[in-house]
Amino acid sequence: MTTSIAPRRAAAHSAARRGTLVGWLFAAPALIAYCAFVIYPLLTGLQYSFYRWNGVGPSEWVGINNYVRVFTDPDLLGSIRNAFVLIAFFTIVPVAAGLVLATLIRSMRPGFFSSASQTILFLPQIIPLAAAGIGWSWMYAQTGAVNQLLSAVGLGSLARPWLGDFQTALPAVGLIGSWVLTGLCTVLFLTGIGKIDPSLYEAVRLDGANWAREFVTVTIPGLRQEIAVLVTITIIAALSSFDIIYTTTLGGPGRATLVPGISIYRIGFTQSEVGLASAFGIVLMILVLACVLPIQRLARVSDR
Amino acid sequence: MIVNKSEVVIGRIVLVIVLVLTLIPLANMLSAALQPAGDNPTGLTWPAHPQWSNFVTAFDTGHVWQLMGSSLLIVVVVVPVSLLFSTLAGYALGNLRMRGGRFVFIFLILGLTIPFEALIIPLYYQVQAIGVLNTQWAVILPLIGLYMPFSVVWMRAHFIGVPRELSEAARVDGATTLQEFRRIQLPLARPALSALAILLFLWTWNQFLLPVVLISDPLSRTVAGALTFFQGQYSSSIPLLNAGALIIIVPTIVVFIVFQRQFIRALLQGAVKG
Repeated sequence: MTTSIAPRRAAAHSAARRGTLVGWLFAAPALIAYCAFVIYPLLTGLQYSFYRWNGVGPSEWVGINNYVRVFTDPDLLGSIRNAFVLIAFFTIVPVAAGLVLATLIRSMRPGFFSSASQTILFLPQIIPLAAAGIGWSWMYAQTGAVNQLLSAVGLGSLARPWLGDFQTALPAVGLIGSWVLTGLCTVLFLTGIGKIDPSLYEAVRLDGANWAREFVTVTIPGLRQEIAVLVTITIIAALSSFDIIYTTTLGGPGRATLVPGISIYRIGFTQSEVGLASAFGIVLMILVLACVLPIQRLARVSDR
Repeated sequence: MIVNKSEVVIGRIVLVIVLVLTLIPLANMLSAALQPAGDNPTGLTWPAHPQWSNFVTAFDTGHVWQLMGSSLLIVVVVVPVSLLFSTLAGYALGNLRMRGGRFVFIFLILGLTIPFEALIIPLYYQVQAIGVLNTQWAVILPLIGLYMPFSVVWMRAHFIGVPRELSEAARVDGATTLQEFRRIQLPLARPALSALAILLFLWTWNQFLLPVVLISDPLSRTVAGALTFFQGQYSSSIPLLNAGALIIIVPTIVVFIVFQRQFIRALLQGAVKG
C-alpha cells in the first residue's frame, strides 16, 4: 500500500502542474489583450499625468501640478460637480421611479401585453445614446414637443430652448439619462419582485399593513441586491457620461453641462494639454471607484 | 401574491403612462423625419403628407451603406475574437482553476469599473504609435482589450456552474484538455456565449467615444460614431437629421426584437453580474 501512494501522488502532482500550464495558456490571449489595451494605457496615462506635453513637442516634468490644477481650476471642478448633479437624474430618479413602477405594475401576467411592454421599456437601453441625444435635442428645441406641450396646457410662458438656457440645460440633459435608465431599472425590479417569496406579502397583508408598509418591509429588503447593482451601474453611467452630452450640448451653453468625459476630450484634443487631460482621466477613475466600492461593501454586509 | 382589483387597474394605467413617455421621443423623431425636408417642423405633429422619401435622401447623402460596412467590419472582428479569448480564459479560471488563477481574476475585476474616458488619451497615442490611427483597427484592437474584464468574468461565472464531474468523466475516458473543451464544454456554454455575443454586438455597434476620437473620417467609424457627421451634414434640416438618426437606430431595434428573449435575459444577467 505505502509504495503505491508515492507514485500516485507524483502523478497527481504532475497533472496539477500540467493543468496549471494549460490554464495559463488558455488565459494568455485574454490577459495579453487586457494588458495591452487597459493596463498599458492606464500606466502611460499615469506617466503623462506628471508631465506638461502638447502631444508632439518635448515634454516637461511638472510633478503633481496637473492634479493640483484639476482640483483648483473652476472649470474642471465645475465639470466634476455637474457629474455629481447628474447622479440625481441617472441614479436617484430611475432607481426610485423603477421601484415605484415595478411595485405598481407587479401584477403583470405573462402574455402579449406584458412582453410587449417589456420590449418597449427596454428600447431606450438598446438604441445608441448618441441617437437618443439627437432625438431629445429636437424635443427640447424652441419649436420642439416640450414647448408645444407647455403651450397646450397654458404654460407657454415657460417655453424656452431648454438646452440653450444656463438654468435648464443640465437638468434637461439629466432627464435624458432618466429616460434611458428608468426602463432598465423597472424591468430588473420586476424580475426581482417575482423572486420574492409571495408568502411574505401574504403575511404583511394579513397583519393589516397598507401598501406603503408592505413596500418598506417586504419589497425594498427583497430587492436589496438589485438596488445595489443598479445604483452601481447608473452611478458609473452618470460620472462617465459622454455620448448624450456630446450630441446635445457639447458641454454648453458656456460650461453649464460640462462633464469630466467632455472636459478630458476638450483638454486633450482641442487644447492639446495631454498631461492635464491624463491627470483628469486618473481622477475620474478614482472618483468612480470611490463611489462604487462602498456600495459593493454595503451590499455585501447587508447580505449576511 | 394577493392583488386586489383596484391595484390591477392602477398598475395597468401606470404602465401605459410609462410606455407612452418612453415612446414619445422616438415617435417625435419619426414625425419630424416625415416632414418636408426644407421645413422647420413644430413639435409632435403628424405631417399631412408624410415624406417617406426623406429616408432615401438621408440614406444616400449620409453614405449609410459605407457606414454600415465599416460598422460591420468592426463588429465582425471584435465580437468573435472577444468571445474566443474570453471563453478560453473563462474556462481556465472557472474549470481548470490553475494556480494563480485567483490572482488573474482579481486583476481583471480591477478593470471592470475603469471608464473608457480615463484611458482615451493614452489610447490615442498608443494606436498612433502602432500606426493604425484613423483606421477601423484603432477601434477594434482597444475594444477587444476593454471588453476583456467583463467578458472573462461572464464566462468564468458560466464555467464555475458546470459540474466538475463532467470534466472528470471526460478525462477518465482519455480526452485531452483541448478535446474536452471542444466536445463537452463549448456546446454547454452556448447559451452563455450567445448572450455575451448579443451584448458585445450592441456595445460595439453603439460605441461612440472611441470612433469619434480615434477615427477622424466619420465614414470609417461605427454608425453611432458617424452621428456627429450627420449633425454637421443636416444642421439645417431637422427632418433629414431625424431620418438619419432613425436609420441608425433601426438595426439595433431589429436585432433586439429578433433576439428579444435572449436579449432581455442577457441584459438582466449582465446587470447582475457586472
